[in-house]
Amino acid sequence: MLELINISKTFNPGTVNEKQALQGVNLTLEDGDFVTVIGGNGAGKSTMLNAIAGVWPVDSGKILIDGQDVTALPEYKRAQFLGRVFQDPMTGTAATMGIDENLALAMRRGQSRTLKVGLKKDERDNYRELLKGLGLGLEDRLTSKVGLLSGGQRQALTLLMATLKRPKLLLLDEHTAALDPKTAAKVLQTTDEIIARDNLTTLMITHNMKDAIAHGNRLIMMMEGKIILDIKGEEKKNLTVEDLLHKFEEVSGEQFASDKAILG
Amino acid sequence: MNVMNLINAFPGAIAQGLIWGIMAIGVYITFRILDIADLSVDGSLCTGGAVCIMMMQAGFNVWVSMLVALLAGMLAGLVTGVFNTFFGIPAILAGILTQLGLYSVNLKIMGKANQAINVDKYNLLVSLRYIKGVSLIKNTIFVVAILILVLIGVLYWFFGTELGCALRATGCNENMARAQGINTDKGRILGLVLSNGLVAIAGALLGQYQGFADINMGRGAIVIGLAAVIIGEALFGKLFDNFAFKLFTVGLGSVIYYFVLQIVIWLGIDTDLLKLLSALVVAIFLAVPTWKKRYFTKVKKED
Repeated sequence: MLELINISKTFNPGTVNEKQALQGVNLTLEDGDFVTVIGGNGAGKSTMLNAIAGVWPVDSGKILIDGQDVTALPEYKRAQFLGRVFQDPMTGTAATMGIDENLALAMRRGQSRTLKVGLKKDERDNYRELLKGLGLGLEDRLTSKVGLLSGGQRQALTLLMATLKRPKLLLLDEHTAALDPKTAAKVLQTTDEIIARDNLTTLMITHNMKDAIAHGNRLIMMMEGKIILDIKGEEKKNLTVEDLLHKFEEVSGEQFASDKAILG
Repeated sequence: MNVMNLINAFPGAIAQGLIWGIMAIGVYITFRILDIADLSVDGSLCTGGAVCIMMMQAGFNVWVSMLVALLAGMLAGLVTGVFNTFFGIPAILAGILTQLGLYSVNLKIMGKANQAINVDKYNLLVSLRYIKGVSLIKNTIFVVAILILVLIGVLYWFFGTELGCALRATGCNENMARAQGINTDKGRILGLVLSNGLVAIAGALLGQYQGFADINMGRGAIVIGLAAVIIGEALFGKLFDNFAFKLFTVGLGSVIYYFVLQIVIWLGIDTDLLKLLSALVVAIFLAVPTWKKRYFTKVKKED
């Protein structure tokens, strides 16, 4: 479904702030893979997701989505293949527009925008049903401005928007990191349900090792712009935090430094 | 200080206010919907006036002339949009560059610094002579009011379409817009084209109304537009949430601005100071949200 071939990206090349964010990343996702991504700060997790989404062009390498080379496509054109949820709840929705209007925008992802009505009446009923599924009472606030919602509500809505039109690939960039633990758990549960229901191919970054182990069928760990661990199948199912720390030390030859990644 | 003088000046203030209201609605599109301050309007207002007057002098019908003025304004907006997106120039600077360039363009359109048009010789749509003692259908206030309502209707429809919604999303949150597959560069260009088109129509009307187009007629137009937007929001913002009403209040804001201007003139204040006063008023109104946040936010005390 997704193929990254030798992707590299350097920020601020030739300056003192030069940062080799991705150094020859190779990754192949099978259809229906749910991959959790862990790694310390600056390991290149978000950079990898942004490279896939096309936020900026990569320096070298190739990105294939469902066999199609998207390396040269701008961000807005790649959007037709991708559903995205961001770390900051403010990023994924348009605050000054209604819940229904946001959903209508998401419903038209990948279509050219014409002079047809932007939000049809019968769409609303559909959205109301879908919002009911989130269990947050948003179905009764269909025309409310999204800016009035809480962070958790906005993330749940963004998740719904990202999956409203079935994406070929779902990119979740620490989408629960800015939420309180209870809300985070709820959003994560919703995430699991939607991914299972639609059998979505997913890349989910998390800071939390337990979450990374508990969710998905495959786990990758990144360090210094490279994928240093790739655990799947039975091995992933039986994985514990201790195993993971042990493996990390084996691969990297150093102690896992970030307390946040362990306890998070 | 004869009160009758003031009252006599009000119909003119309403007419001018409504014409500038169209301009202010254009400013609303860039300033509020796209969230950029577009300074090219100072130039495109004059472009609209210049094109309209020259076309009419050349014998074209008033509607044809205004249509070409509209297209000229849209072209100016396109230039700013391309500067901003393809050239990657910050919006404010892109607008200033267009504005400066338009100064030369406007001079070339008119051939000199100003061009007059005689209301008795040409069939104008609006004029300061058509305010009193003419039939309703010819009355400038009526004509411009209808025009504003039609424009608001068209804009209301447009911003409800898929394309219009995409444009609103672009102004609200570019990251979100791109993630939903919206070409945000195209959105910004389209918004600037629309806005400057409206501004040029206002310029065309203003040229007819005052009977001439002048190279300086657009100077400070952005400030008047912003003043109208801000006055409209400050006075009626809490009353209306509907988009059409919001545009309507921008038009009202402009009329109120001209009312206040008339009163200031009537009070005998040196008219040389008017632009300074306008600038200060807009600066203070723009500061209100910041000041509110900084000095008037009540810190909740723990019980």
